[in-house]
Amino acid sequence: MKRLAILLSLLCSPVMLYASGSNVPLLKVKTDIGDMNSLQRGAKYFVNYCMGCHSLKYSSYGRIAKDLELQEDQVQKDLIVSWEREKRLSSYMTTAMTKKQSEVMLGKAPPDLSLIVKSKSTRWLYTFLKSFYSDPSGDYGVGNALYPTGMGMPHALVGLQGLQEAVFIEKCEGGELVVNAKTKKKECKGGNMASRFSHFKKKTIGPKGSMTASQYDLMVRDLVTFLEYVSEPAKLERQRIGVWVMLFMILFTAMAYLLKKEYWRDVH
Amino acid sequence: MSSALANLRIWIDDRFPMTKMWDDHMAKYYAPKNFNFWYYFGSLALLVLVNQIITGILLTMNYKPGAATAFASVEYIMREVPNGYIIRYLHAVGASAFFIVVYLHMFRGLMYGSYKKPRELIWILGMLIYVCLMAEAFLGYLLPWGNMSLWGGKVIINLFSAIPWIGDDISQWIRGDFSISDTTLNRFFAFHVIAVPLILMVLVVMHILALHEVGSNNPDGVEIKKKKGADGIPLDGIPFHPYYTVKDIFGVGVFMTIFLAVVFFIPDFFGLFIEHDNNVPASHLATPEHIKPLWYFTPFYAILRAVDWKLGGVMVMAASIIVLFFVPWLDRNPIKSIRYRSTLFKINLMTFALVFIVLGYLGMQKPTPVFKMATQVLTIAYFGFFVILFLTSLKEKTKPVPDRVTK
Repeated sequence: MKRLAILLSLLCSPVMLYASGSNVPLLKVKTDIGDMNSLQRGAKYFVNYCMGCHSLKYSSYGRIAKDLELQEDQVQKDLIVSWEREKRLSSYMTTAMTKKQSEVMLGKAPPDLSLIVKSKSTRWLYTFLKSFYSDPSGDYGVGNALYPTGMGMPHALVGLQGLQEAVFIEKCEGGELVVNAKTKKKECKGGNMASRFSHFKKKTIGPKGSMTASQYDLMVRDLVTFLEYVSEPAKLERQRIGVWVMLFMILFTAMAYLLKKEYWRDVH
Repeated sequence: MSSALANLRIWIDDRFPMTKMWDDHMAKYYAPKNFNFWYYFGSLALLVLVNQIITGILLTMNYKPGAATAFASVEYIMREVPNGYIIRYLHAVGASAFFIVVYLHMFRGLMYGSYKKPRELIWILGMLIYVCLMAEAFLGYLLPWGNMSLWGGKVIINLFSAIPWIGDDISQWIRGDFSISDTTLNRFFAFHVIAVPLILMVLVVMHILALHEVGSNNPDGVEIKKKKGADGIPLDGIPFHPYYTVKDIFGVGVFMTIFLAVVFFIPDFFGLFIEHDNNVPASHLATPEHIKPLWYFTPFYAILRAVDWKLGGVMVMAASIIVLFFVPWLDRNPIKSIRYRSTLFKINLMTFALVFIVLGYLGMQKPTPVFKMATQVLTIAYFGFFVILFLTSLKEKTKPVPDRVTK
């Protein structure tokens, strides 16, 4: 019985949302894929800051133009970079960098981001884009709190955000923190001392970013909103059709119930 | 016109038992009049099967098996094929719905003793359908070629390598390669769209023919054929058509309302029906952090992990499925329905259902020491159900069973 009680309390314990592999709680973000302005800004930011390396290879410019209510010349002007003028609305949003080039330059081809929001989540992506910090020992001089062991990606938005400084604290994991009677030093008995991310300092270091903190948050939200849309372009349409399907099914079920009742009147 | 149609019917009936079949299985198949909520899931299983076949055919029109093409073709269906995303979600959610319906259908059988004489063969055919369904679901799960498809496939096929001496050769024979590859994907496609569905269809027809041969059980577990009227029709029987056809249409309405709500509003069902990691293309170089099968396999996956010795785990897991085939002989009490059986039986069955659900939950979690211990305890409890059933079923304190069905 006691065992059962322990088990039940474990099953019912509240779960905080953490990014896998790190101890960083995910930030909350409110996205609205019905917000055309947010989507359009997000698309612009993506093309300007991300698409040098990351493709959206399952998305065509034409589909984006249609869903984001953009004109063909707007797409040509704002979404297709100047050295890829041969691209048309039917083209997919691939990068100019070939897989081979990127492997030579970066060691590993940057992942396609068409499905990033589905494989992670909007909250993960939002937290990720806000979690770069200065780390002279890391790749490209930056680290990301969601990847404690490194991830080989530069901070593409550093010019907008500025460079954050992270504060780490020593934590005793899997053991008990005790003070050694002889040396008067703290020791982690039965566990390991590990350096864990705590928080970011308010002030950035080095040259200031061109955006304020709240502007940066809004920009990242737009970017996340756009990528949420890209992960499933038909999502809004699906929900819109779904409402009619529900209304039909409720009507159908009500009729079926009345039909059943009528037939079963003579069963005793 | 009507006489022309009648003549056509006579013409066909002289050459093919059309009217006879309709009467035998629908219009003059007498089913007990006291079916309750639990009796919807048989016809619903058939409905989901039809859904899987129709959406499956439509998906194959744009799906391209092959390691280089599969993942992209699924995204093509999701983005470019008109309404392709609806078809794909109907199929993916349909797979999970199939297992929900089948688990409830099996639970009904256990509650009302629908596996008992003379219905043992119906139960065994049903179990064969269930095993086929598991194979079909596993084969289909590789096809989107997501990273969880690949790594889940690796884990399951590797189970065969636990067999002594010939295990490695068998798993290589299944894969057709040293590791899961394009070859494996193509043969899994062949099995998923042709081989297993054919077997499944034959088994389903046999399951229904066997049922209609002996007649349906009911919540009272009373044989309605024992009390017949002067016309030879069971007193408590009503023709399946139209009574149960209209009733089942209502059941279809309720089920479809819930099913389509999931399809249109939460198709991945919080990562339970379509896992987050399966939105990453398959890669032999990137192991998902936590490999687990889809929810409908996790009770058995938990049992597998409860044993440290690999071959032992595989054998215990196999035993946990095989033991279900023997339920008609493990339960030795002649009384069918739970309504007239002992409190002990009721507790035993409800505990079994709860254990199965909790095992399913544990199978999704990372194997921490506490969870592992819980899994081991619950694995013993799982088999305990059958042991207690066998040992106590003859000595139960039962209630008197009525002659006729109750309201």
